[in-house]
Amino acid sequence: MSNLIEGFLGKSVEGKKSRMPAKLDYWQSATGLFLALFMWGHMFFVSSILVSKDFMYSVTKMFEGVSFIKGGNPFLVSIAVAIVTTIIVIHAGLAMRKFPANYRQYQAFRTHMGMMKHEDTTLWFIQAFTGFAMFFLASAHVFIMLTKPETIGPYGSADRMISEWMWPVYLLLLLAVEFHGSIGLYRLCVKWGWFEGEDAKVTRVKLKKVKWAITIFFLVLGLATLAAYMKIGLEHRDQAGQRYQPTAMTIKNIDSGIYSKNQNRDMNAETSFRTLVAMNFSGIHFQKKGA
Amino acid sequence: MGRMITIKALKYNPNSKVSKAHFAKYELEETDGMTLFVALTKIREEMDHDLSFDFVCRAGICGSCGMMVNGVPKLACRTLTKDYEDGEIQLMPMPAFKLIKDLSVNTGEWMEGMSKRVESWIHTNEEPDFAKLERPIEPDVADEVFEIDRCVECGICVAACGTKLMRPDFVGAVGLNRVARFYADPQDNRTDEDFYELVGDDNGVFGCMSLLACEDNCPKHLPLQSKIAYMRRKLVALR
Repeated sequence: MSNLIEGFLGKSVEGKKSRMPAKLDYWQSATGLFLALFMWGHMFFVSSILVSKDFMYSVTKMFEGVSFIKGGNPFLVSIAVAIVTTIIVIHAGLAMRKFPANYRQYQAFRTHMGMMKHEDTTLWFIQAFTGFAMFFLASAHVFIMLTKPETIGPYGSADRMISEWMWPVYLLLLLAVEFHGSIGLYRLCVKWGWFEGEDAKVTRVKLKKVKWAITIFFLVLGLATLAAYMKIGLEHRDQAGQRYQPTAMTIKNIDSGIYSKNQNRDMNAETSFRTLVAMNFSGIHFQKKGA
Repeated sequence: MGRMITIKALKYNPNSKVSKAHFAKYELEETDGMTLFVALTKIREEMDHDLSFDFVCRAGICGSCGMMVNGVPKLACRTLTKDYEDGEIQLMPMPAFKLIKDLSVNTGEWMEGMSKRVESWIHTNEEPDFAKLERPIEPDVADEVFEIDRCVECGICVAACGTKLMRPDFVGAVGLNRVARFYADPQDNRTDEDFYELVGDDNGVFGCMSLLACEDNCPKHLPLQSKIAYMRRKLVALR
């Protein structure tokens, strides 16, 4: 009954304001913070391809839980994707409350932004615009990750860029994520007064510099990573769909004479992972296991 | 002889059925230390008696002469024409306020509404006894209150706020600053819950999108960013 009255009047039976706007504001920031920091980690993992295909493969297997499930299970990746997707949906739902809701609001803001040429006002518009773009770009990405986690890998991910023609989506998504995330982190700091110190104005200048440094760093890393996958995708175009065999495993298979060109996902990923780890630690690049 | 400057001012009378909004162009000679207030006064005296704009103190104290100068809200009396190197200055009235005519807007009416909305007065149960000395306040606390209380209600933070332009019911930095002023004042007995009732919604502190044009354009350099963040932290922590 009280919900009916509160919904109707906009205040509780006692005449009090709802605490919900405070909660929504808090959770918008909390989910945004999680996603921004998650994207930092994500970028570092994805960019493992810049080190080597084997390294990227071992990172992939790590997320498939190879250390506690024999051969790893891509379903673990699906679970993680489902959790992150849920947070994205919550964040998008909360943040879209801030979007211009009709033409007049949009028109007033754009005119104001054009007149003022005020950096933080313009950055907000970029943030809102990239946020809107990610409704679609991020959806395409997470849906694939959710349904085809087993395709993540040096070749699978590279084939996705070229043979499955996803590179334009990923290029736009990269730009959207990096601008949205770094602006968002900066805004969180000024919104809640984090790191304010003695002089908030001095801190803000520093925060702005850090914000741009973060934007540029992750954009450069992201573009290099995208280029690396595209290069592999181009080289691997004729064998698109074929899964990556880590170096150690290939050597082992050649050694035991069971390697075939169209062999799909490895049969003994755990072995290869352990071999890889051993290789990485020992610095030996051609170690024959079981030879 | 000084250089010639060009001032383009938006002319429009919303109360007239025949008035059409347009930019009127005035060319005049710049004098030493010329402020926009001086230039506008000269224009009104010598070129266009019909041009409306607001001013009172001419010294950046009263906060009456806020207007959009090349798209940015400023006090006309504190804006020097020599700071505009190309000598072209476009003037528009501040948005978000009721337009009276040309560059003149009604900030007073809006500020009065804001003051009532945030109950901008000391709330206390103590009966004032003028025969007794006032209760002393720590100098640091008094300084903090005075610092925030320097607001002259010029409306520049409101005109600079993209959030306010999209959402007319937003209380604006001046309103949140006012809440922070009474929040800091130990003579005010209001609780966090009481302040939540005033600005604890999307038209209040939770509506602020932290664009910070208020902070960047405040002619009194008030710590608006810090105060809004502080009120947000305090009110979001309520259970």
